[in-house]
Amino acid sequence: MQETLLAALAAEKSFAGRSNLRTWLTGILKHKIVDSLRRSTRERAPEVELSADDLDELFDASGHWREPPQPWPEQAFEQKAFIQALEKCLAALPARTGQAFLMREHLGFDTGDICKELAITPTHCWVLLYRARMALRQCLEKSGITR
Amino acid sequence: MMIDCREASRLISQNADRPLPLARRVQLRLHLFVCDACTNFSRQVRQLRKGVRAIFW
Repeated sequence: MQETLLAALAAEKSFAGRSNLRTWLTGILKHKIVDSLRRSTRERAPEVELSADDLDELFDASGHWREPPQPWPEQAFEQKAFIQALEKCLAALPARTGQAFLMREHLGFDTGDICKELAITPTHCWVLLYRARMALRQCLEKSGITR
Repeated sequence: MMIDCREASRLISQNADRPLPLARRVQLRLHLFVCDACTNFSRQVRQLRKGVRAIFW
């Protein structure tokens, strides 16, 4: 907002009565918003395209789980120990992976919105979500939540 | 036609984010019918969702 007003003052001379003040200010504000979105996208660290290939190591040559998922207690999510372990495991996720997962599961974003928000491709997006779920289940089972 | 656990696990995750095409859904269903590990994983994906909701309530 401050930037908008400064820009407005700086550009006052170029306001030669071609439109009313409100339209003129709104125009500047729109440009500012677009500018700042562009800037934040540009400033983000360059994103390496992810594939799920490294997750293939979780499976043997015939495509079976090396550590098969175990049954969890039916109402695990109602248990304090489970929630605490989940919090720890979430915190241990790589930043991007954790962001994508929480956008999906906590905020209920669809993958299209997550892609836009994180400026990533749809493929990258589902890889992040897959990666998050695979890491979380492993982490939780290591913390001993199986029944 | 039959898929392995590696592929099934990807479909299970994607299924939590968007509807799968019919053919993929059938493949997954057939796999889950014979595979306990992937059935467990499929439940875990739902439990993770409920767990996250429980944290932030």
